[in-house]
Amino acid sequence: MADKIATRKAYGETLAALGADNNNIVVLDADLSGSTMTKLFAKENPDRFFNVGIAEQNLYGIAAGMAASGKTVFASTFAIFATGRAFEIIRNSIGYPHANVKICATHAGVTVGEDGGSHQSIEDIALMRTIPGMTVICPADAVSTENLIKAVAEMDGPAYVRLGRSAVPVLYREEDSIEIGKAVTLREGKDFTVIATGIMVNEALTAAEALAEQGLDIRVIDMHTIKPIDEAAIIKAGKETKGIITAEEHTVMGGLGSAVAEVVVRNCPVPMDFIGIKDMFGQSGKPAELLKEYNLTAEDIKASVLRMFNQIKA
Amino acid sequence: MAVNYDELRKRANDIRIDVIKSIHQAGSGHPGGSLSAADMMAVLFFHEMNIDPKNPKMPSRDKFVLSKGHAAPVLYATLAEKGFFTKEDLMSLRKLGSKLQGHPDMKKLPGVEMSTGSLGQGLSTAVGMALAAKLDGNPGRVYAMIGDGELQEGIVWEAMMAAAHYKLDNLTVLVDWNGIQIDGRNDDIMCISPVDEKIRSFCWETAVIDGHDVKSIAEALEKAGNFKGKPYAIIAKTIKGKGVSFMEDTNAWHGKAPDFEQARQAVAELGGEW
Repeated sequence: MADKIATRKAYGETLAALGADNNNIVVLDADLSGSTMTKLFAKENPDRFFNVGIAEQNLYGIAAGMAASGKTVFASTFAIFATGRAFEIIRNSIGYPHANVKICATHAGVTVGEDGGSHQSIEDIALMRTIPGMTVICPADAVSTENLIKAVAEMDGPAYVRLGRSAVPVLYREEDSIEIGKAVTLREGKDFTVIATGIMVNEALTAAEALAEQGLDIRVIDMHTIKPIDEAAIIKAGKETKGIITAEEHTVMGGLGSAVAEVVVRNCPVPMDFIGIKDMFGQSGKPAELLKEYNLTAEDIKASVLRMFNQIKA
Repeated sequence: MAVNYDELRKRANDIRIDVIKSIHQAGSGHPGGSLSAADMMAVLFFHEMNIDPKNPKMPSRDKFVLSKGHAAPVLYATLAEKGFFTKEDLMSLRKLGSKLQGHPDMKKLPGVEMSTGSLGQGLSTAVGMALAAKLDGNPGRVYAMIGDGELQEGIVWEAMMAAAHYKLDNLTVLVDWNGIQIDGRNDDIMCISPVDEKIRSFCWETAVIDGHDVKSIAEALEKAGNFKGKPYAIIAKTIKGKGVSFMEDTNAWHGKAPDFEQARQAVAELGGEW
């Protein structure tokens, strides 16, 4: 449990293993195979790996064509290029025909680090969420990544999986069941709920521990699937706790926070707060420094809960 | 097997008549770029391609992608002529709930291999199809038709690079080179010439032909089919609006539907019945 493994690494390893058993899987990359870890699949199954070079729009067009030919396609690059540069290709050639393409994009969020703002995707969840029929997943650790990549390979239709660069703590055990569309309540609680995704799940757990010492009982939910979102889990939290805070390594506009708010407002209006990047571009720095700089830490989650607690008390 | 070129010419003409009728019924659509492609469509679907309307998903079939998706009326007219659906269906073009969407929708209409409309993407998907076919040892060939204005999209060149890199000699591209796009002539808007040399420089084999001569089209397709080691582009010199005198060689009829009088005149010129 003390292990730290990057979700992109778990992706690469899982994909390589899947590829060995299922020869209908093909993998595409755009000159970033060494970083996205599709190189692991490429090594095991070289005849089913295709590098398209630095051409992300073509990456997803080719993916769509291969899917139309009956393949299960995994196509990877950095999140900024997949969802930004290739957005319309994904929308029109993959989303619109509901193609069996799994867009597994790595290096999402500010933890990309020193490469800086041009490479730090802070809007990918929001963008992918707007595409009808797109499943949007952001696994929090290596174990859930393995589960969810396997599930994504089994399901029919397009999916976006957001993966990170940095090594992150393992939160799940091998035997845990993690299903697309089903949030996991990692910590029960009756005062406030933190609904988090990706690296912020671990931060939420850390914040919950600290708050427990102050007598506050915090529920922590891993919302690994942002679309289709687990409405039942959200409504339950809204009915059983006094407020909901969302946490994501992503802009506060349009991502997890917005998706949760859409459910809360219609079903169980409770106070909400949003931990995320406040409408700013990223910048160069060490990943840990950047998380602090953009207020994406356990401390920030804890402060938000306390603010909400004090407001409600008043 | 001797080719019946007269039969192909008649098919092309029937396709043209249906293009005019369906666009008129719809009240909108793209006649210019549909008419310029009609001869190529006739040769592809009634001579060249191995396809069966009774078995639209047969694994070894040839595939056609209309990357210039706005010419949907010519694809639909051709598919109807081939028997994928009825001529009555053709008249539902662009109507709410129709299988015949404004741009081809593979989920709605049998015979459509890829949903297209956003220029450049169809070619990219065709490269994917050809790559999958090579991987599978599938003898089916992939054909993609692109427009000349479409060559201005960057993704087209990404796709061309990839096709050459992967030696996709099971891919034939037809360029409907009618010289005109929405705002005017290609070389006035954004110069694409020299088209032939550009494509060759991307390591493709090319041929420039008269895109309205069914014999030239058939012969070029045969050469392309036999060419090994490189993908093949047939650059077809065409006339936008070909077959309807007042629509020819102008951007005015790129995306405008003929009214009743204009449609009636067009059909009469094509020797059809209203």
